[in-house]
Amino acid sequence: MSTTTQETRVTGAAAVVRARPAVRRGAARLVADTLNVMNRELKPVWREPASVLFAMVQPLVFLGLFAPLLPDADGGALQWFVPGIIAMTCLMGASFTGAGLMDEMLTGSHERMLVSPLSRASLLLGRAFKEIVPMLMQAAIILVVVTPFSFDLHPLGVLVGVAMLALFSVGVASMSYTLGLASDGQPWLFWTVQQTAIFPVLLLAGVLLPLDGGPGWLRTLADLNPLKYVVQAERELFGGTWHADVIAQGFAGGLVIAALGLWIGIRGMQRS
Amino acid sequence: MSENTPVIVTEALTRTFTSRKHTVEAVRGLDLEIGRGELVAFLGPNGAGKSTTLRMLTTLLAPTSGRATVAGHDVVAEQDAVRRSIGYVGQGNGAGHQQRGRDELVSQGRAHGLTRAGARARADELIADLDLGAVADRKVSTLSGGQRRRLDIAMGLVHRPEVLFLDEPSTGLDPQNRANLQVQVERLHAETGNTIVLTTHYLEEADALAERVVVIDHGQIIADDSAYRLKSGLGDRITLGFADEAGAELAAGRAARVPGAQVTRTGRQVVARIAHGNEVVAGLVHDLHLADHGPASVEVVRPTLDDVFLELTGRSLREANESATTPAGNDNDETDEGAAA
Repeated sequence: MSTTTQETRVTGAAAVVRARPAVRRGAARLVADTLNVMNRELKPVWREPASVLFAMVQPLVFLGLFAPLLPDADGGALQWFVPGIIAMTCLMGASFTGAGLMDEMLTGSHERMLVSPLSRASLLLGRAFKEIVPMLMQAAIILVVVTPFSFDLHPLGVLVGVAMLALFSVGVASMSYTLGLASDGQPWLFWTVQQTAIFPVLLLAGVLLPLDGGPGWLRTLADLNPLKYVVQAERELFGGTWHADVIAQGFAGGLVIAALGLWIGIRGMQRS
Repeated sequence: MSENTPVIVTEALTRTFTSRKHTVEAVRGLDLEIGRGELVAFLGPNGAGKSTTLRMLTTLLAPTSGRATVAGHDVVAEQDAVRRSIGYVGQGNGAGHQQRGRDELVSQGRAHGLTRAGARARADELIADLDLGAVADRKVSTLSGGQRRRLDIAMGLVHRPEVLFLDEPSTGLDPQNRANLQVQVERLHAETGNTIVLTTHYLEEADALAERVVVIDHGQIIADDSAYRLKSGLGDRITLGFADEAGAELAAGRAARVPGAQVTRTGRQVVARIAHGNEVVAGLVHDLHLADHGPASVEVVRPTLDDVFLELTGRSLREANESATTPAGNDNDETDEGAAA
């Protein structure tokens, strides 16, 4: 009895003396590091939840001032428009996010993290996955705004749709971080590329206007745009219809973006 | 590892930068040993290679050739182990500007593998130690320069590192905050007994803080000793004024007998540069009084590290700082391709 107590005490003391935590290896470590990075990135979001509204200004303007111009504004227009606007918010928010990394490169905290034991891959993964949280908050805000109007909420479809958008967000955020890393402290470069890329992607996804009436070359370009498939599938899901092929194409589009983004993002981070 | 094993060893450590067909040797074959518990300052003008050296020792930059170990781990092959053993306070702010100070301390603790409770407790400790209580729960971007610097140091200490690196810790701080920072670093060294390596281009800082000053210029070590010995080797400047020329002549003769003395007389004034002049001068004045030619005025000026730098390089540290415009030679501005993975 007394021996046990003593042993416990000795082990306790040794643990205090060592004070150096066990080093995790492999996948467990990558997950732990990624969660650490993600938690850190989310702290400003919890501290100032209103910050998620910044990326929503443009989508909300479109929702308020553009949607009423669509033909058939009283009927299915909102039902058609809202999923695209949610995808747009997602694209905006995720593509802005690299600017935060660029700020941290300029002010020095990124360098501090590079000297910490966090793996390079986790520095990218944690940041990319964090983007899902503001995306969910933004989608919820838009749905709360539009549901009192002529918008039918199909909860199950929304859940599946949001999961697809999460994939898309992670991919776009990774690309934005890669751009932030590549801009190497030159904000003009980051913003020029981001702004130049974003509108063609939006228009060629049929977010604002349907692509059906467009000329052939435009429809061909749109066919190459993964966001187009995501937006189509979102319309399907938010409308409560379940065409397996459209939904599968949407997930495929999200996966392509996520895989491509994570691949270039992790490579970029490993080189920094 | 035994007490006497050096904590930092570099062997022919070299780093070159290439930009637009232009090759700059930022660090050229550095050989250095730093023992456990030393407080060392790398002193040199901007672009001398101090920060590049520090970046190699902290795994931020891969050496072009040569090798280095920190806390027994190779900086290229064992980056992870090196990162666990060191604290790094860079030229920028370790804490993200959009974050709160306390949050960043906790995140840093978690990154180093502390438990959630452990990380919180450590953050509380550091906030108290570095007098950050009033600002720890504010957004970092709203803190003053001095407050942010204290937070940066706290960030570097979260995991109680064996070796702490500080890159230009006082740059951009006003004199009061600079003095404050020196006190913090001294206290830290006294309390933890850890090895501390800092770079600076302020000689007052190297002089006041470091037990050992490594003077670096053009990527090479040009002197390595305690500030006291570096300066003593140079000799103090003694200026003696006399009522008449005869006294000055007598004094010049006597002073010239001191080994290594450099003496010049101009009229009734004698200037002598003598090693340990502060000790020699008492005897000299006594002798002259006995000979009835006591000086009318005595002035002893101890050399500064600037004098040391001038003696070693032929230019003053201040001039060197101002004229540090060699291409890609600026430590703060890495324009190269390959950083450490």
